[in-house]
Amino acid sequence: MTHPPTTAAAPPGPRTSPAPAPPRRTAFAEGVDRLRAAAVTEPGRLRTIGAVLALLVVAFGAVTAWQTTGRATAADDVLTSSQPLSSDAADIYRSLADANTKATSGYLAGPNETRRTRAAYEKDIRTAAAKLVTAAANSDPGSPAATTIAELNTLLPRYKGLVEAARANNRQGFPVGGAYLREANDTMQHRMLPAAEALYAKENQRLLADYGDATPYPWAAIGLGVLALGALAWAQRRHYLRTHRVLNPGLVAATAATAVVLLWLVAGHGVARADLKHSYDRGVRSLAVLYDARVASLKARSDENLTLVSRGAETKRLTDGTAEDAYAWAWDREIARLGGKLRRASVLADDAAGRRPVHTADSSMREWRSRHEKARAKNDAGDYQGARDLVVGTDAKTSTTVCFDNVDASLAAALVHETDQFRAAARDGRDALTGLPAGSVVLALLGTASALLGIGRRLSEYR
Amino acid sequence: MGGTAMGGTAMGGVAMGGKAGKGGVMLWARRLRTGLRGWGGVGAMALVCALALAFALLLPLLGSRADGSAGGPPGQSGQSGPGGQSEQGGQGWPGPARGTQARAGRCDHPQDRSPSPADTEGAAIRAIKARGYLVVGVDQNSYRWGYRNPNDASGELEGFDIDLAHAIAKDLLHDEKLVQFRAIPTNERITAVEDGRVDMVVRTMTITCERLEKVAFSAPYFLTGQQVLAPKTSPVHGYGPSLAGRRICSADGSTAHDRLVRDRREHRLPATADISTVVPNQLDCLVRLQLGEVDAVVTDGALAAGQAAQDPTVGLKGRRFTTDYYGVAMNRKATDLVRRVNLILEDYRRDGGWKASYDKWLAPTLGRTSESATPPAVRYR
Repeated sequence: MTHPPTTAAAPPGPRTSPAPAPPRRTAFAEGVDRLRAAAVTEPGRLRTIGAVLALLVVAFGAVTAWQTTGRATAADDVLTSSQPLSSDAADIYRSLADANTKATSGYLAGPNETRRTRAAYEKDIRTAAAKLVTAAANSDPGSPAATTIAELNTLLPRYKGLVEAARANNRQGFPVGGAYLREANDTMQHRMLPAAEALYAKENQRLLADYGDATPYPWAAIGLGVLALGALAWAQRRHYLRTHRVLNPGLVAATAATAVVLLWLVAGHGVARADLKHSYDRGVRSLAVLYDARVASLKARSDENLTLVSRGAETKRLTDGTAEDAYAWAWDREIARLGGKLRRASVLADDAAGRRPVHTADSSMREWRSRHEKARAKNDAGDYQGARDLVVGTDAKTSTTVCFDNVDASLAAALVHETDQFRAAARDGRDALTGLPAGSVVLALLGTASALLGIGRRLSEYR
Repeated sequence: MGGTAMGGTAMGGVAMGGKAGKGGVMLWARRLRTGLRGWGGVGAMALVCALALAFALLLPLLGSRADGSAGGPPGQSGQSGPGGQSEQGGQGWPGPARGTQARAGRCDHPQDRSPSPADTEGAAIRAIKARGYLVVGVDQNSYRWGYRNPNDASGELEGFDIDLAHAIAKDLLHDEKLVQFRAIPTNERITAVEDGRVDMVVRTMTITCERLEKVAFSAPYFLTGQQVLAPKTSPVHGYGPSLAGRRICSADGSTAHDRLVRDRREHRLPATADISTVVPNQLDCLVRLQLGEVDAVVTDGALAAGQAAQDPTVGLKGRRFTTDYYGVAMNRKATDLVRRVNLILEDYRRDGGWKASYDKWLAPTLGRTSESATPPAVRYR
């Protein structure tokens, strides 16, 4: 903003002092007077116009850079930080639920527990522990998320201890192992999974906040751009009316630079906004529903196993006064929740590739349900061995294990697909803003220089 | 009869004494007495006989009326509480005579209310034979009573209750394998019998007055009572003052829990005893005890012994402080089955089956000399 004409038009105050006139005036008042006198002359006006134009274009460039930087950072966070964190939280949630499923399956299988089940359980615990560390590193100390993470960190070793006690007692042939397993399941389903769910919700909030930072229109920048363009147009019209010269190359270049920045801003942000919205609608919402569905299927599986471990050790008093096995009741609830989530996921899936795994999961879930009913009927009829074979057996035609595995695999496939969709759209959105902050600064500086040159050229005609 | 006769004599004596006290007519009275001496003895005896006859005729009448009133309105019978006979003592009954009769009839000894054994065959037994197998409700979580050994590849249930069920099947159907076990929750034992989902429940089920209103019980097959379980190193030495300041675990809806609540309210248990830990199943108490979340467990001695058998560092503390009997629960309509089961139990006790089963499952923790080590004395209705 420091340019030669202004300095020349406003000479320093002390130079007016040689006349020690009776009304002794301040240097500032003297300067204002001189400026006022200069402003009514054409060179003075031109200097003012030049200053205002330069200011507007520079301000437009600066605000554009500032607002697009914020949005580009937020868009980048969506892609590289908050969504991965939210997905990590979902992984913690899933790993814990899966660990419980594997622990109950292993317990039910007893001496026939497979190495695979055992390895999967250990891996789930490791995953949960590792991701908890990541989540802790990314949470602010003292925040609700940090409290939840601390709680999960305390419960995880307790849970593992209970499961190991259950296993050891079961190996000894002591039924107290079953009581340990129920206690472990209780810790998991009523304390850890709700905490993991809360952590996931909090990370999702962070994701939503980043979306909120990335998508609003940069109204200040757009407004300043329109204002700068208007001022440039007015200055050129005034120029034309006074001099009958159509074009001032400097002002035209400034107008062009400003117009390019404005167009880039509107188009770039518009595309980024559309892509991000797409990534949210197609990716994030589907992902949330699929995560829920997966956890519901894992809980249902744990309950199915525990129905056969507990065998009436725990009952749930229903509203009509009758008692039902607590785990049979919980199974009904979780399988119904799974059905609801799958329907919702099918609605949200926007292409055939997304719907296919959801439909596979849905048909596997139906098959699971009908096989579960058979297993339950066998159990109710006293054929415990038969019921157990249906639940932990590996016969592809009859076992519910197979159905559950299919549901889980289909949901995993659907999650991969939706994550890819999310990534592609969010990356497009972030990339649409690439270069905009730097470009707007460079172009605005060029525009400012052009405007000043244009005005300077006119001014030189008065020298 | 003897008591009533003595009462009659005493009453006669008082009446005569009153007459004798009437001052100036003493001489006349003495003469009358000497005159009546011969007939007086005969008259007094006649009076006594008449009174005795009247009581003998009235007693069953009174008894049946008291029975009717206790069994009639469900609200009234519900007041008697969920526990064993011990809870019944404090109940206020409308009349002393009726109260005494009702207690004697219904709740002083619920274990003595089973019909006498007989080799009958009615509708219930015929239905079982037609089906070809016996359906028995059992527990799968009571160590040494009814549980599934995870290391036994066959997956068969085993325990003292399971042996008994096999013995019943063997007698009824001539094959101890012809029995279908259904694991049922504690609080569904009665409905399962009432609905006919099972022929009988053999599941450490205590014979109580309240349950007798809904199901029929066999004669008692096991004597037990509430007992305290604690780590062997614990200073707790039984049910009482040593529980002060201790955290005590009991199962939800169990006799033990009701008893704890009542005893603390009535200051028979130290007020500082913390009885807030209530779990769904008695076995969960052992988990709490092992995790150090409670200091003691109160449950049936037989079940407590099952818990102690799973952990060598815990043991039974003190003597049992209630007397309970386990019985086989059956449908109230299946009288033929109840009487038959009582007969089977007689044989089971006599042929050593009971003892063998006890020695196999329970002797290691309950001991060979405890009062539970022999079948309880049986009386029928």
